[in-house]
Amino acid sequence: MAEGAVFDAQAVTDAVAEGIAKIENASTMEELKAIKTQYAGAESAMTQASKAIGALPKDQKKDAGKLMGKLRADFGRAFGTKEKKVKAEEEARELAAETVDMTLPVNRKPLGARHPLPKLMEDVEDFFISMGWQISDGPEVETEWYDFDALNFGPDHPARQMQDTFYVKGNQAKDAAGFVGSNMVLRTQTSSDQVRGLITRGVPLYIACPGRVFRTDELDATHTPVFHQVEALAVDKHLTMADLKGVLDKLAVAMFGPEAKTRLRPSYFPFTEPSAELDLWFPDKKGGAGWLEWGGCGMVNPNVLKSAGLDPEVYTGFAFGVGVERTLLLRHDINDMHDLVEGDVRFSEQFVMGE
Amino acid sequence: MPMVDIDWLKDHVEVPEGLTYEQLAKDLVKVGLEEEEIHASQVTGPIVVGYVVDATPEPQKNGKIINWCHVDVGDQYNEIDENGNKVPRGIICGAPNMAAGEKVVVTLPGAVLPGDFKIEPRKTYGHISNGMCASERELGLGDNHDGIILLRNYGFTPEEYEKLQPGDDAMHLLHLDQPLLEINITPDRGYAFSYRGVAREYHHSTGAIYTDPAIDLGKKVPVTQGLPEGVKSDIEVIVDDKNPIHGVVGCDRYYARAVRGFDPASRTPNWMRRRLIRAGMRSISLAVDVTNYVMLDLGQPMHAYDLDKIEGPIVVRRANEGEKLTTLDGKDHDLSVEDLLITDSPNGERGSRVLGIAGVMGGLYGEVTAETKNILLESAHFDPVSIARSARRHKIPSEASRRFERGVDNQLQPAAAQMAAELMVKYGNGEPSEHPTDYDTVGNRRPILFKASEVARVAGLDTDVNTISDILTDIGCTVAGGGNGEFSVTPPSWRPDLNEPCDLVEEVARLVGYDEIPVTVPPAPVEGKVGLTPEQLRKRQVADELAEYGMVETLSYPFVGDEDYKNFALDADETKKVSVEIANPLAGDRPFLRRDIIPTLAQTVQRNLRRGAENVSLYEIGHVYLWDPNAPAIPALPGAVKPTDEQLAALDAGLPDQPMHVAGILTGNAVDSGWLGERRAVDWSDAVEAVQRISDRIGAKLTLDQPKAEDVPAQWHPGRAARVMAGDTFVGMVGELHPHVNEALGFPAHSAAFELNLTALFATLSGKPVQAKPISTFPPVKQDLAFTVSTDVTAAELEKTIVEAAGNSLESIDLFDVYTGDQLGEGLNSLAYAVTFRAEDKTLTSEDSEAIRKRIVDAAAKLGAQLRA
Repeated sequence: MAEGAVFDAQAVTDAVAEGIAKIENASTMEELKAIKTQYAGAESAMTQASKAIGALPKDQKKDAGKLMGKLRADFGRAFGTKEKKVKAEEEARELAAETVDMTLPVNRKPLGARHPLPKLMEDVEDFFISMGWQISDGPEVETEWYDFDALNFGPDHPARQMQDTFYVKGNQAKDAAGFVGSNMVLRTQTSSDQVRGLITRGVPLYIACPGRVFRTDELDATHTPVFHQVEALAVDKHLTMADLKGVLDKLAVAMFGPEAKTRLRPSYFPFTEPSAELDLWFPDKKGGAGWLEWGGCGMVNPNVLKSAGLDPEVYTGFAFGVGVERTLLLRHDINDMHDLVEGDVRFSEQFVMGE
Repeated sequence: MPMVDIDWLKDHVEVPEGLTYEQLAKDLVKVGLEEEEIHASQVTGPIVVGYVVDATPEPQKNGKIINWCHVDVGDQYNEIDENGNKVPRGIICGAPNMAAGEKVVVTLPGAVLPGDFKIEPRKTYGHISNGMCASERELGLGDNHDGIILLRNYGFTPEEYEKLQPGDDAMHLLHLDQPLLEINITPDRGYAFSYRGVAREYHHSTGAIYTDPAIDLGKKVPVTQGLPEGVKSDIEVIVDDKNPIHGVVGCDRYYARAVRGFDPASRTPNWMRRRLIRAGMRSISLAVDVTNYVMLDLGQPMHAYDLDKIEGPIVVRRANEGEKLTTLDGKDHDLSVEDLLITDSPNGERGSRVLGIAGVMGGLYGEVTAETKNILLESAHFDPVSIARSARRHKIPSEASRRFERGVDNQLQPAAAQMAAELMVKYGNGEPSEHPTDYDTVGNRRPILFKASEVARVAGLDTDVNTISDILTDIGCTVAGGGNGEFSVTPPSWRPDLNEPCDLVEEVARLVGYDEIPVTVPPAPVEGKVGLTPEQLRKRQVADELAEYGMVETLSYPFVGDEDYKNFALDADETKKVSVEIANPLAGDRPFLRRDIIPTLAQTVQRNLRRGAENVSLYEIGHVYLWDPNAPAIPALPGAVKPTDEQLAALDAGLPDQPMHVAGILTGNAVDSGWLGERRAVDWSDAVEAVQRISDRIGAKLTLDQPKAEDVPAQWHPGRAARVMAGDTFVGMVGELHPHVNEALGFPAHSAAFELNLTALFATLSGKPVQAKPISTFPPVKQDLAFTVSTDVTAAELEKTIVEAAGNSLESIDLFDVYTGDQLGEGLNSLAYAVTFRAEDKTLTSEDSEAIRKRIVDAAAKLGAQLRA
């Protein structure tokens, strides 16, 4: 429209109607922008008409202004509605284009795996920690005194010869029976921590000693020369075998679920008297729940207390030891010890970060 | 461990009709005799008694004579002829003792004998043999295969033999259908190494009526004390112990009894042979079998000498320096002055001839032989320690030493000799001496003062005083007193293990039943520090971190040897000098303990690679063992006494250091090729990152110190290995393994590893809480600084210089580019850092940041680093 154009109500109304119609048919933001320029831009009939109002006689200005307000609002409403719709559609198209197959295997930072054996030892530690006990660890190459003599295995005790002990080579020392050697062994049992604990920590004492032990057994489906035990020792005034049974039952439940329980059978260990074999009622036993051997236990032998300088008339204590491998084999239905000791990644990976 | 035969057990205790071995095992385990195994019968039937109707010898071309026999095996098993009549079976038999009129053992088709030997009808020597007449060996009853079993010779009375009918079940008759219970005897229960002891325990478990055989036998023993003048005993016995162990004389009782006029041709009755064989012993001769039988039955090891070869007196003494003995098994032994010997005195020279090591094994001279007519029975009691040491020293654990070590009843000797003599007389026609020798210095046993309240104090059992007294009496103790709740208890002679009140507590508790003990939980002692120690927590953090980093945790045996030293380019001789060596290793090729985890972890990596795994990245946390060849000897100290502080220190001073390490080996690809991107092979940086993650996880500040190539240990890549430092403390190594090592182990090139001493590392950490810095809200100034620097200067050195020069206002520094190239020139590196400055108290002006920058550039210049334009 040229300079000094005349306000033509019909024309501008028609132009806006045409614009709105075009908006209805538009499907892209590009089209919409073009329509906006054409029908609402500086050169559009609507803008020109607004400018032309000034030239109208005073009495017509008000109606013209009203009309323009309505047309502008109609156009704006139509545009806004359509713009929103088209934007949404465009975004939907873009997102559709970005669609991926979420089921593709993704392994950018693969997790490794813990070995179930140390993990289980941590579980056992946590059990004792939760009861307020402490966790202790002693040396694996140990003096014969802590592994045997202090535990009431004298140098000529038949049980000392039954331990299938790995002896450390040496000729610098003589044992109490006069045999030349190093007086060192690879500890045959975590019980070797008992007297260490009593001497260094004093009483009352409530400790658990998880760790590696050694026996001269060849590796087969049920034996390994290097294995793990958890020893528990409590020495205090007023402890009885009833307390031993209570702690054992709790440990069984912690390891094997609420139905698990324990049973004691008379047995013999030099460092406990009375002594007992420890049987576990295993609810998930193959072929039906039943009793399985789990470890050994008893009341601390007075001679062991004396080795630590304690008066057995005043103090009593209980001790027990369970095999970690045995516990793992049972819990996870592992049939062959080889799987536990060989370090095959396929074994550990089944357990990922836990057991 | 001993076998329990119910048939034999019945000799001493009443067992219920139809007692099964499973039930017996349950009954015995209740009182502490644990089942080792129930050995099932190895034979299945039908195996029956047969009557040989006729036996026709038929010579064969090969010179052998076989018998074509007809054997009546009863109506149920006989053959049916064409007329429908039952007729004896036709059986071929090659045994020389086959004869018409004998009653024999016939294995019929369908039977299976030991070794999975199936009996079937078979065509042989022109006949159909419809079964087999069996020898002892074929039935697993012994070694005899000289002929078939003739039941006439099998220990039945004439009446019993008469009653045997064709078709009778021979499985049952010969105990072939009987399983056998093998039990474990704990070291304190030596007396249960006998039927006498097991029967008593069965009584304790079930209440069944028990008769101690020693009592009846004891009544029949001839008097040895107060004999009239001039009556000579069988042989003089002298105990002359010049070297007692712990002051205990090696022999406190030696009982000798002669049996004269013994028929050396006499046979061991079959019932006894059967029992011995089922107990796992061989049948040798009547005299030897009887001594073994008495040992199994009563628990008293015995020895039978040829009396005519022995010249009194018998002297029990220690061996002299340099003395030697060849034992019965043909082995030569250099004797120790601690070995207790049985000797005799030829030509009046006292104790000059060695007959054997007391209680362990006899020598070649003086044994009973197939010609022996006059026998001297030895029934003695020796010091368990002496026997145990000799058996250990000469590596000859015998049935006798096993019993003596655990303690034999010191009142049993006359009764055992009586039983042996009776059996020899009954089956060997001998005449027992009425004047045995009894050297007896066994004193009275000291009673145990026993407060009944100990049962409650230790076992937690509320058992009344009378029950306690009854139980102790039942196990054989003499119980006196009790009025004030305190007993004087004298344990029986067969229980040398009962010495302390706690031993009696166990007896009461096991017979009341451990199941009767109540269940309580002791209150938690929450004094002092509870929970895991910082070291225990950090160990878990390290383990978890490495698994989260993508590595797999494994455990390896800590044993190493020459092969490992070779693979890791270690000087074997030098390494062995500082390694713990096992005196009795399982595998001869790995007798040493590791000083580092990597060599044993490498074995695990190899195993995985061999099994087809790829990208194997493993770690292990465990101990290593550092032998100090100059460590002091560890003293031998007695138990039951607390060592002095000096002694305790000496125990630990002799032990090798055993720090806890963590090690990792990374092989293959760090990132695999896949749809997400290209592969990236493992190299040194993956190992370094593992170390950094450990460092960050536990709050350590580990740094790397890269040695000159010539200072890098041989197993590491000379240009790709660094020392890991915690401050000034060396804690380990990280880098790539030397290409030769990777090649020797079969690892991919550039496989990397790390090993840290966690014990040393944790000790450098204070464990104090992190002290937080205030967070500045003033704006940062960011700059990039690129330096050209000699390759001799490490990135760590340059960074340290920049950090120190920048001072407090340096907020962060990140190396974002490393460039080496022709444009720079030989031996130069370009290192580009993005640095951020920020002050705590003000906005840094451009003058401020320029001043910092200048300080950095000047300091870097001192390292020869030039700022690049």
